[in-house]
Amino acid sequence: MNSREKILAAVKNNQPALQELPQVMYAEAIRYEDRYIQFTTVLKAIGGTAVEITGTKEIVDYVNYTFTSHQNFVTTIPGLDGINMLDEKLDPHVLENIELAILNAKFGVAENGSVWITDEEMRIRALPFICQHLSVVLNKIDIVNNMHEAYRQIGNNNYEFGVFIAGPSKTADIEQSLVLGAHGPKTMTVFILV
Amino acid sequence: MSSTTQTHPELSAIFNKDEARVEWHDETLWWIRQKRDKAAWTIPEWEKLRDTASAIKDNVLSNLHEYLLEFEKKATEKGIMIHWAADAMEHNEIVYSILQQNKVGQIVKSKSMLTEECGLNEFLSAKNIDVVDTDLGERIVQLANEHPSHIVLPCIHWKKEEIGELFHKHLNTPKGNADPQFLTNAARIHLREKFLTRRIAITGVNFAVAETGEFVVCTNEGNADMGAHLADVHIACMGIEKIIPKREHLGVFLRLLTRSATGQPITTYSSHFNKPIAGQQVHIVLVDNGRTVQLGRESFRNSLKCIRCAACFNTCPVYRRSGGHSYHTAIAGPIGAILAPNLDMKQYADLPFASTLCGSCSNVCPVKIDIHQQLYKWRQVITEEGYSPNTKTAAMKVMAATLSKPALFNFAATAGKWVMKYFPFMVGNKLNPWYKQREMPAVPKESFTQWYKKNRHE
Repeated sequence: MNSREKILAAVKNNQPALQELPQVMYAEAIRYEDRYIQFTTVLKAIGGTAVEITGTKEIVDYVNYTFTSHQNFVTTIPGLDGINMLDEKLDPHVLENIELAILNAKFGVAENGSVWITDEEMRIRALPFICQHLSVVLNKIDIVNNMHEAYRQIGNNNYEFGVFIAGPSKTADIEQSLVLGAHGPKTMTVFILV
Repeated sequence: MSSTTQTHPELSAIFNKDEARVEWHDETLWWIRQKRDKAAWTIPEWEKLRDTASAIKDNVLSNLHEYLLEFEKKATEKGIMIHWAADAMEHNEIVYSILQQNKVGQIVKSKSMLTEECGLNEFLSAKNIDVVDTDLGERIVQLANEHPSHIVLPCIHWKKEEIGELFHKHLNTPKGNADPQFLTNAARIHLREKFLTRRIAITGVNFAVAETGEFVVCTNEGNADMGAHLADVHIACMGIEKIIPKREHLGVFLRLLTRSATGQPITTYSSHFNKPIAGQQVHIVLVDNGRTVQLGRESFRNSLKCIRCAACFNTCPVYRRSGGHSYHTAIAGPIGAILAPNLDMKQYADLPFASTLCGSCSNVCPVKIDIHQQLYKWRQVITEEGYSPNTKTAAMKVMAATLSKPALFNFAATAGKWVMKYFPFMVGNKLNPWYKQREMPAVPKESFTQWYKKNRHE
């Protein structure tokens, strides 16, 4: 017997009698009176920034004002005036020079301030991790209460890669002092389109 | 992984020499435990969530055979290569063979307690492979030639001044600079170069979904993603118990994991690897290494539900005051003390005794493992098998004999009182391990039996 057969045989032999799979608890899960307020409150607490906008021009104004290097901004969202569209054929290693990436998010989660992004929005998987600063755009109506609702929303979507991102990359490994910008983005801005 | 022959009490004694450090270690971990509480209290349905997670894991363990086959099928259909490793050595050999096939001698690795359990770093460095751990805390202990002392906070036992000194030596930071922000940035620059140049990345796996064949990796730093998305080959190593049935179950576990671990609502990154990038190889190594044996031990199989949050470490009065290295195993703390004896009952016979059995571990466990009860059960198994620590065995035998004979007990009680009164040094000496760090109580004027005889009303 090879290891696969050995392991599977041992599992079969040793696993206890079948125990029923419980229902996931949609009904009992927390809901918020105002999902937007909950989302932005948590996002701030985990080191992110929420910016309410009414149109995409405000995104361009905000990033030009805030990220003063004005260089190596890249986006996958068409129509952001003056910001380069990502060349999907790039070797991901050259994204090391990206100062700011602006992506759409599919939805946000009120209970933990995270946004769900898939390969459809990021195009190159390394992008939201390797850039120095990350911005995402979220529709205010696309904020769900909790993670159970989040997975209901995702359903059986056949993404190749998907990620919940909650704030900037961080570490507290040195004496529990929180430092933003461990390996990934140093800041995360969520533009919320109302 | 450990070659030490020293036991938990001996190693704790070394850690306890520096009282101020013990105090600091204890308080830091308790602070994290309190953050866990605050995070849990924001979720009114927290207990129901724990029950649900526990029941899902019960189902997993009872149907693991089918789930493993389903996961293998789904993942293989997507072009992921699945490997099966019966033990630590086979796991290490599989990883090494993938490196050889790709002619790669330098790799990056994000946090994986499984690779710690298997001693992968030592194995690969003996073969001249350069492994760089990319989690900041793991990189710190790696540079110091140590192992993590905590599964979530690998260098929780290190002070920032010591890390400053370490980075000065290895990363050329200015001497005397111990600012966490500065040191983290130095590590960021140092490790970016590794991410950009290494062609193979190893990651752990937090959850693998049978229904879809995808796997989820959680980090705060983004190091797993930086490694995996920039590499030509991604090797993900996982214990067979990491399988969950359906994608929707991720909702349950991701709500619990980080709230239990650090008090955060979720990790910064919860990455779902569903299909390889075009042209990239993805390998998953499924590892047994004693897990199927533990599955067959009715009293201990629940330990396989563990999601490695370390809440039991942070709350444990023994862990907080003895440090992770005193457990001389890759996974320390209360959960480690029930996992390790399964691998080697003799080598780890001391660990189930490294507990007060206060039950705090079981109370915070997000998947409701009966940790303290398993510790108690291990003590019985270990004693029956003749592996219990010698001094404890001798004392237990005397106690069992004394308690079983009322006349002898009465005599012993009286004699004990007399000894304590006139010859206190006979108990308060170095030969009595219980006396360490303790004061003996004042001797009562009369024993309970004497008091009862006087005061009972016929």
